[in-house]
Amino acid sequence: MELFHGVNIDWLGKKWYFLAFSLIFSVAGLISMGIHLAQTGSPVPLGVDFRGGTEVQVQFANPPDIGAIRTAVSSAGITDAKIQSYGGDVSRNEVLISLPEQKNETSLDQGRQAIVSALKTHYNNPFDEAKGVKVDVVGPTVGKQLRNKAIMATLYSLLGMLVYLWFRFQLIYGVAAVIACFHDTLITIGFFSLTGQEISLTVIAAILTLVGYSMNDTIVVFDRIRENLRMNRREELPDVVNRSINQTLSRTVLTSGLTFLTVLSLYIFGGQVLRGFSFALVIGILIGTYSSIAVAAPMLVAYQQWRGKNGKAAILPAARRAR
Amino acid sequence: MKNVRNRVLLIVAVLLVCIYGILGIPKGLSGPALLEAITKNIHLGLDLKGGAHLILRVKVQEAVSAETDNTVAQLQQDLKKANTAFTRIYKPDPAKPTVISVEGVPAAAASQFRTALDTKYGTEYDYSSANGTYTLTMKPTYQSDLEKRTLQQSIETIRDRVDTLGVSEPVIQEYNLGADQILVELPGVSDLEGIKRLLQETARLEIHAVVGGPFPTEQAALASVPGGVIPPDQVMLHAPGAIGSRSDADSVYLLQRAAVVKGNDFRSAESATNPDTGQRMVRFTLTTDAGDTFYEYTSHNVGSAMAVVMGSTVREVANIRSGIRDQGDIEGSFSEDEVASLSKLLRTGALPASLEEIETRTVGASLGADSIKEGVTAAVVGVLVVMLFMLVYYKGSGINADLALLLNLLILLGFMGFSTATLTLPGIAGVILTIGMGVDSNVLIFERIREEIREGKSAAAAVEQGFGHAWITIVDTHVTTIVSAAILFLFGTGPVKGFATTLTFGLLANLFTAVFVSRTIFDAHLNKLKTGQMVSI
Repeated sequence: MELFHGVNIDWLGKKWYFLAFSLIFSVAGLISMGIHLAQTGSPVPLGVDFRGGTEVQVQFANPPDIGAIRTAVSSAGITDAKIQSYGGDVSRNEVLISLPEQKNETSLDQGRQAIVSALKTHYNNPFDEAKGVKVDVVGPTVGKQLRNKAIMATLYSLLGMLVYLWFRFQLIYGVAAVIACFHDTLITIGFFSLTGQEISLTVIAAILTLVGYSMNDTIVVFDRIRENLRMNRREELPDVVNRSINQTLSRTVLTSGLTFLTVLSLYIFGGQVLRGFSFALVIGILIGTYSSIAVAAPMLVAYQQWRGKNGKAAILPAARRAR
Repeated sequence: MKNVRNRVLLIVAVLLVCIYGILGIPKGLSGPALLEAITKNIHLGLDLKGGAHLILRVKVQEAVSAETDNTVAQLQQDLKKANTAFTRIYKPDPAKPTVISVEGVPAAAASQFRTALDTKYGTEYDYSSANGTYTLTMKPTYQSDLEKRTLQQSIETIRDRVDTLGVSEPVIQEYNLGADQILVELPGVSDLEGIKRLLQETARLEIHAVVGGPFPTEQAALASVPGGVIPPDQVMLHAPGAIGSRSDADSVYLLQRAAVVKGNDFRSAESATNPDTGQRMVRFTLTTDAGDTFYEYTSHNVGSAMAVVMGSTVREVANIRSGIRDQGDIEGSFSEDEVASLSKLLRTGALPASLEEIETRTVGASLGADSIKEGVTAAVVGVLVVMLFMLVYYKGSGINADLALLLNLLILLGFMGFSTATLTLPGIAGVILTIGMGVDSNVLIFERIREEIREGKSAAAAVEQGFGHAWITIVDTHVTTIVSAAILFLFGTGPVKGFATTLTFGLLANLFTAVFVSRTIFDAHLNKLKTGQMVSI
């Protein structure tokens, strides 16, 4: 069985469509983040890891009644709790009760105690306090530190790859690949903002993974461009790029498709804890594959044409040998 | 590396080592026995097996402040001994616990005083002087040393206390997210309240000199002080009525701020009973150094009162009858539980500063078990879908890819078994992602082989060229992904670290399986092909 055999698509000829597509999604994400920023003070909904606060997840013996829980909790004097059935999956009898951020660290644990005792005294539905309760309490200091660390991690990983590609190819390859990855990150985070999903620590892990993944795709295309440039020095760069994309197309689509399938299985079967993680990857793999064809490669060509216009010699042909 | 047999032997050896890493020597081959063997070798994270995770901040400033309090007391003693006059020695700014002021040293005694400062306090303090007022400031290097020591000592104390609980495989270490933080992970523990009480009990059992009291109220205590303001080197503490004065009313004492005996001066403590009165007592033993200081103090102050302070309440006040060296009894109406926990806490050492919890997470064991079930289901479905697709799309070579994929997973789990890395829920996600990414190397190679075949090369040449060309790309892609995984590992915390671990192990294993193992299978197959026959791809 073979797909995409002998395809000959003029990818670079469609660059304006690609640009429009990327712009629409980036700008939509940015606008959504802007609106969210104005409303809540952060561009995306933040999970308890980053925002700080208390989350209590309780597994009840019988199907829980959200309304009754709300009454129970508020009769214990807790009025600012958000109560929802966990993951929208009613059959598991799980409820998530979240409290907003505490202002200081001293009252950190009181929310949890108050919720558990309110449920025990005011709500008649047994639960196993030792085994069926999950609690996350994050103080404001930790939340802020985790937030900074996540941003630093993402930036460092982009920088690390830029340096590696600079070393292996040339600076412009690295720049093009990193811009493509940045574009993927932006659009993926935009999707979180648009769909109102929370960014947690594991989502950051997913975003870093997708940075690595998108970089993979880009490198496969770049490797082929380098190889083709070396074999055929007379061919125009746009033709080489087109040919390289077409030659690697079946690999690109197959790998992305297969990874997409595993991530999809994670999204469907992996449970609520990993929902955000797998959502980021589902979006990220689609965008990452697209960006290596539609963002990174055209950027190389655009750079060479810009240099040509300024009367400088093209520096693109692989000056360094791969082996 | 044409010798296929040696390569097959190497692969089988790796396979066996990895299976050993996952299973060890299982007690039997039944399902439960195997499962037990796996969970024994592969460490599950707290999010999967349930447990408590705490991040505590050590208030190191308290230790710094206690140190300067001591210096103030020490200076007063030294100056009195040397008959040097001074008006007062105090800490002028509560917000700056590292600064001490000495006022009113006469000009005649200046050089003598300076020499004393240089010889006795020179390593710890910088000083400056103006108009007979000396300002001592703790040296920044000494301060940061002291803070580091405080953190280390807190970690050790917490470890000792956790050990008394009998929790298996606890983690207690410095946590580098912010300054002065400690990570405590207690698998299988869900009773947070008891744990936190045990960990945070500073048990600052101290003995202070009594300046005044007992007073019935704070106002009365203040009224006894000239000017109505408590001097900075003194402190006002309450004594619960039933203890201290033995009457029912709460009473107030004025004490010297610097302790005569500090928490870490106690070497041990045990409960005892006073043979005369039948009262429950805590019998304590001091360290040798502290014993000497205590003897010097008590023999010089016979007849004056001392207060035993625990936490921030006065638990007993007694008059010194004679010099006490390193052993003494604290008598008071302690409850049996109090005596037991006090002696336990004193044995494990006192915390040098109090703790503040800044993050707590607990996962119930049954919710963790649900997570395992979901993660494993997702992984199995993912593997099956990918394997099926490879078989359909690459026919004969698909078997090759599938074998490499399975071996990849085994090596990954073997790594996990041999190392101390923990498998977390995001870690399982990393395994699943490895499946998708691992198959990428095979796809790259196979697509390249197909291209070479299309150009009319023989089976052997096509395999050779396909692997050769794809290798460069495979190295590049693996390095970049490992770079991002490494950064995740450095910056990540807990579960995310688990993800970075499995992803890195998986990618490394993939370099071996997708290139070396897959090539070996091809070569073994090529040897059997007749001339002109093609590989199934």
